[in-house]
Formats: sequence, structure tokens, C-alpha cells
Amino acid sequence: MLISGIKSRPEYHGLTIDPHARRQFFALGGEGALALLEKPELKDPEFLARAEVLYVAQGSQHSAALRSSGVAQYWEAPTIPTLLTRLQVTLSTAHMGLRLYTAGTEGLIGQVMQVGIDAGITFLSIRTEHRGSLARRISCVHCKGITENVTTSPFTCSHCGLTLLVRDHYSRRVGAFQGVCIDAEVPGDVPPTEELYK
Amino acid sequence: MTKRVDHQVEVVEIVQAADTVKRFRLKAVDGATLPYFSGGSHAVITMRGTDATGAPVIYRNPYSLMSSPTDPAYYEISVLRVPVSRGGSHFMHDQVKVGDRLSLSNPINLFPVVATGRKHIFIAGGIGITPFIAMMDGLAARGGTFELHYGFRSRSHGAYWQELQDRYGENRVKLYCEGEGQMIDVDRLLEHQPLGTNLYVCGPAPMIAFFTGKARQAGWPEENIHFEQFLAPPSGKPFLVKLRKSNVEFMVGQYQSILEAIEAQNIEANFLCRGGACGQCETAVCEMDGEIEHNDHYLTDDDRQSGKKIMICVSRFKGRELVLDL
Amino acid sequence: MNSVFKKETFRDDFTFKNSPAGIRRFPFPFAEDNYMYAVNIEPHVAGKKGSVFEHPIDVDEHYVGEMLDRAKVLAEDPLRCQALPHMMTAQWDLLELLMESQAQGYPDVFSLTKDGDKWHWINKALDIDEKFTFGDASTLPYEPMEYITRQSQGDFCILDQRDNNLWMDAGMVTTQADWSLDFDIGMNFMEWHGPVPLAHQMGVFERALKFMLNLQHGHPVRRFNWTMTINPRLDTSPENYHKWGPDRTTVTPENVGEKVYLRVELQTFFRLPRSNAIVFPIRCYLISMQELVTVPKWGRRFHRVLKGLRNELADYKGLTRYRPTVVEWLSQYDDGSPTSPGWDPE
Repeated sequence: MLISGIKSRPEYHGLTIDPHARRQFFALGGEGALALLEKPELKDPEFLARAEVLYVAQGSQHSAALRSSGVAQYWEAPTIPTLLTRLQVTLSTAHMGLRLYTAGTEGLIGQVMQVGIDAGITFLSIRTEHRGSLARRISCVHCKGITENVTTSPFTCSHCGLTLLVRDHYSRRVGAFQGVCIDAEVPGDVPPTEELYK
Repeated sequence: MTKRVDHQVEVVEIVQAADTVKRFRLKAVDGATLPYFSGGSHAVITMRGTDATGAPVIYRNPYSLMSSPTDPAYYEISVLRVPVSRGGSHFMHDQVKVGDRLSLSNPINLFPVVATGRKHIFIAGGIGITPFIAMMDGLAARGGTFELHYGFRSRSHGAYWQELQDRYGENRVKLYCEGEGQMIDVDRLLEHQPLGTNLYVCGPAPMIAFFTGKARQAGWPEENIHFEQFLAPPSGKPFLVKLRKSNVEFMVGQYQSILEAIEAQNIEANFLCRGGACGQCETAVCEMDGEIEHNDHYLTDDDRQSGKKIMICVSRFKGRELVLDL
Repeated sequence: MNSVFKKETFRDDFTFKNSPAGIRRFPFPFAEDNYMYAVNIEPHVAGKKGSVFEHPIDVDEHYVGEMLDRAKVLAEDPLRCQALPHMMTAQWDLLELLMESQAQGYPDVFSLTKDGDKWHWINKALDIDEKFTFGDASTLPYEPMEYITRQSQGDFCILDQRDNNLWMDAGMVTTQADWSLDFDIGMNFMEWHGPVPLAHQMGVFERALKFMLNLQHGHPVRRFNWTMTINPRLDTSPENYHKWGPDRTTVTPENVGEKVYLRVELQTFFRLPRSNAIVFPIRCYLISMQELVTVPKWGRRFHRVLKGLRNELADYKGLTRYRPTVVEWLSQYDDGSPTSPGWDPE
């Protein structure tokens, strides 16, 4: 009975390279590697000398290509949380002149942006590109717990067990979409599960 | 859209702050406190005088409020005496005496301190120091981190440099006296600032272009670069304006903006910054026989091409007549 | 004024009722027989004596009941009141605005005396006598925004202005119509309006944002929003959806009059002086259908508005389930006569 066709999506404008940045800092995940690998700037030695990459493969096969791309610094994280930790420490001593770029799933982008914002970076200056799965992180409005990798609506909150409808309402700060109990009005009256976000 | 309410103020003190700068202290005529404001705000002063022929004339200029935002018992503004004045600057310097009354708009802030900023660097050229004085006062009161880099022609020409350095110390207030050959090392300044630093520049246009350009080249994002320019409306050949709704027509004088000419007809038009930046005075063009000279920072290229909009506080016109929807 | 405050409830036994005076002053928002979005902003100037616009901040007969309900909501869920770290100056601006407005408008109930930064605030309705230092949060039992909004009716959002946009960086939100402060805090103007259907395509938000960015101190503005609620429940938050959602299924043709409520939000916008932020009070007024139809013009008009409302809007406002039943009930109060434009009773 709840409506789900609400319009609201963050816009990921693409990794436009800032030619003036002193440090070109990339936090990439999965297919997001291609966002950098496809850039003509990789042929520019000056760009390469300033480029640093943090990457989490998430099952993709791009590590080798990134490692041998010629960027000045490359570090591979085994998981998203470890990438974020490394990012947070790096940014804590960084200076103005660092440009942050991030590409990958929406969940990765959201979490990288939050680390950037916490470090003092204006979020509008962060360049973002969506690549890969449309699977979502959902914040349950009832218990505030976050469920990762949601591809269906409705789905079950991994914290409190309520059946949640995914609303097209996204919070940058939380890095997730909003999930609301779908059968509050008539418990058990749940529409069929649809795979919406592959 | 919003009806303007002015405060009647009395000039209670005039101080020669530097060679060509006078400071005016203003108190509300009815003794009430003036509104609190945020650092970077300006107010528009309305001055009523007479011209060479004895006819009444009105000058309206925006001035940054330099008094403490946390002490609204009075406001203070500083006025630079410019060699060729459109009227306001000379009026303030030559005509206004202690005890005189002026009208003052509510403070408006088009140059605020970014609340989420971690550090604030102010670069001031000449009279561009004025907005920063109130901004620093506000930041100091809340324990914010800031630095001022203030350039001026000579020690007697620069206003307030001694007071500012006395108050905030040499670490936070760096002075550059052009006459003594002191220049700011801007590359070094921009190189090692922590993330979350915001840059604010105020002064003449070439100075603003220089410092903001340097910041961009140093890889600072646009969102961290802010500036305020005291843009006076440019002068030009007089031209005819017709107001369709008000059914009047008049000439806009050589040193007069369209907005001022409208106000001289005792017609009220919307405005906020009077400097071509904020968009409030945007006016629809009904028809024209000629070409608009767009002098603002606000309209898009499409808007300008269309010829259907004009920012009346700074833009001019070349041709037979301009008909506005006012 | 003091004796008029009732301790009504907005949950459980729902003892809330409007007095006849309360009904007469209700801000019925429909000036025409149909409803569509508009940037319907107007100057927030003093209105008729006794009306909800008489004072910039309205305190009515439900004051005490609402403040008690707010305290309960906060005890159960502290995340309803949050402020990002850079908003402290704005919090003080808001405290000053609400204390001064309430003391000026209702001197029998509130008083504020200042000696430099030493302030003395008295709130007789809630039995509060507070001496504190303006600017020093440690001299108050809560941070300034929470302190004063626990004593002011309606929700409050404080919007920081930067980067040519407005950011919802602080708020006290306990009487909302289905949105979450905890989720939305930190969003900008376009983002937090994301879920509203149709309005984006109409350019409503672009125009509204441009207007707001130029809002001046001393020139507040206002507009109305509306929805409906089953039972006079103030806390219709998504967090508590499981508590109030089921109410929507309990509407029958017999109980429409007492259970179905029109919920009107008076939204005002004030520029705050020291922080240059904008405060956005959202003041909620409730009236039951049976109270509403005691004003014949409103009964006729609301029937027409509800009947003709576009489905997307009805869906978004959550009315779909019970709309037909309510329209049917209201039809008995609509004889089809022409109804004057404007919202004042005839």
C-alpha cells in the first residue's frame, strides 16, 4: 500500500579530472577501477606522479591493471572498512590541494564521501562515478541499523527483522537509502518481493 | 517582494582612520539597539543631499559593517574617499557631520564565514579590510581559527592595521606594505593548509582575480574560494528608459545606474547588494531598440543573449530606448 | 491565558479537542475548491487579533499538552533532536528569537529580562524559572535549541546557508508528518524535498530556494502545508510508523467525524542575525472532521478539495486507504453552493 516511486537520487557526475590538484587521490571499488583505467590522463607522466589509488577489488579482476598503471601510489584493501580506515588516516594530515575521487557502488561512494566530509572536505568538491551493482545500503528508520547489499524490495532488516520497503530517499550522511516497515498498517500484508537493484 | 524597512541613524562620531578613509559610528535615532548581524554583512546607506543646482539628490551605497557583530549598541562603517566619486563617497567625506541623520537598511550578508570551515584565511587589499574586521571579531568570540593577510599602499594609507595586529597578534595578522616592498608569498601560503580551510578575498578586481586564480591553480576546490568585490555601477552615455507599468520615462544619467534613476522618480525597485551579484534587482525587458550592456555577475549567458532580463543596479544600455516591466 | 491550558493527550486515550474559539481560529488553508502546489509564500506580518498570525510565534490553548507530549517523544527517542557541531551560534539565535517572541506576545505567561548576557526567563505555564548566561551552554540544562524548543509549540529546523544552498543542520522534530530528522539531517534543500512528487518537475523548489537564499532579517515569510491524520496524534514519524500506521485501517463511515483529522502546518521562515542561518518553524494544527464541518464553508470546500485531489498527492500524503470513506462522509455537508474565495469563515 505504501508508494515507492518517489524521485530522489544522488547524482554521480563522473570522475572529471581537476588539472590543478596537487594530489589526485582515488578511492575505488570493484568496477570503479575502470573509471580511472579509462582516463586519457593515465598517459600523462605529470598526472601519474601525483596520483594515489586505494582499491578494494570486491570480486573484480582489475587489481593487476591498476597496480601496473603507473600511478605513484597503489594500495589494495581487502574490504571496504579497511579501505576507509586507510583513507581516514591519510586525510587527517592532508592539505588543501588534494582532490578526492571515488568510483564504485553507491554504498562505497557514500561511505568514502562521509570519511571525506569528516576530514573537512566540502562534499561538493568530491568527484564521484557509479560503476557496478545497483545494490543498496539501507538504513532502517525504526532501529537505525544498516543492511548491506540489498537487491530486493521489500527485504528483511538484518538488525531488527522488520520487513522493509526501500524508499528512493537517500542520505549522504548515512550513506544509505531509507527503509520503512511495509506492513505496519496491516501486519502480514506484504507485496511480493521484487528484485529491483541488481 | 520584501518591503524594505530602514533604520534612522545618527552619526555620533567621525574618525579619520587613514589618509583617505573615514570611519562613521552610527546609533539608532530612537535609542533602540540595532539588529545583531553576522560578520561579512553590509547595510545600504541612503544619503540625502543636494546637487550643484540645489535640487535634492539621493545616494545609496552599500557599506560593510565593521563593528562587532556581538555589540549592536552602534554600527561602524568605513568610507574610502575615491578621486572620482559618483556622489556617495564625496558626500560622506565632505558633507556629513556629527549629528547628521542617515537611513540604514537591515544588514544583509552576501559574504558570510562558512560555518563548516575548519580554518579561515582572509586576504584584504586596501579598503577591502572592512568586512573581515567583523568576521574576525565573530570568529574570535567563538574560538574559530583564522589568519589575515592585509596589503595596503603605505602605513598612512592602510586603515586599522595597527589595531588588528595589537588585538590578534602577529601570528594571525600579517601585514604587507606595498610602499616598503612587502609582498605576500601566496604560493607558500596556499601550499600547506589543512583540509577544510576556506579562502576569502576582498579588494580591487585585479587583486581578487589574482588570488582566486592562484588558489585554483594550487588545487583548491571552487567551493573553498570566496570573494567580495565592491563593484560600483559603471558610468556611460545617458540613455532613455521607459517603465511600462508605472507609465513614466526618464533619462539615466552618465554617472547614474538604472536603479538609481528609477529611485530618483520616487519609484521603489527591488535590490539587495546594489553590486550586480545577488539577483534581487533582476528586471524583465518588455522591448528595446538597442543593446544591453550587461555588467553583472549574476545572469547566465543564455539570459544575456535573450535580451529579456537586465540587472538594473549595474547594467547599462546603448540605443534609442529601453522599456522595462516595472 | 494561563487557565486556558489543558493537559490533553495526543496518544493512547487521545483527549485532544478544540474549544469553539480554537475552531474559529483554525488556519484552514484552502482558498479555492482545488489544491495544487505553488510557491505560496507570503510575508509573515501580524494578522487579525486572535488569529494564528497575531504574533510571529503562536502559543495556543494546546501549549501544555503539546509540550508534555514532546517530552515523552524525546524520552523514547533522543534522536529527534540533533544539531551538527557548527550550528551553535544558530542555536543561540533561535533561543533569543523564541524567548523574545513568546515574552512579547504572551506577557501573562512568559517573561524575559536581560542584564548584559545574564538572562532571566520565566515560563509560568511549565513552571520554569531560569537564570542563565547567553552564550554559555553549560548554564542551561540542555543545549540552547533543545532548551527553548522544549517550551515552544511546533517543530523547528535550522538551515545553514552556504554554497548557494540551504542545509538542514539542526532540528527539533517531534510533530512531523512522516519524515525523519535523523535521516535527513545534513541534507540540502533539494535533497530533503526529494520524496515530494510532481513539484520538482514544476520548478517549485528552484524558485523557492532562490527566494529563501535572499531572505532578509526582519522580513520573515510564511506558507502552509497540509495532510491528514487518524486520531489527533502529533508524532506521526516514520520511526513510529508501526504505532500509527494501523490507525489508517480503523476508519469507518460512522467514526469519520471524530477520528479523521485535517492536519495543517504553518511554516514560517526567519533569517537569524548572528549565524545568517534560517530557522524554519513548522507549527502543526489539528481539527477533527466533526469540528471542521461546524463551519459550513470549510465543510463544502474541503469535500471538493479532497475529492479532486490528484492521486499522486493523495498517495504521498498517505490518504489513499481512507480517502473514499472521508469524501463520502463529507459529501453530506456539501450542497454544491458556491463558496467564496479565501479561507475565512463566511
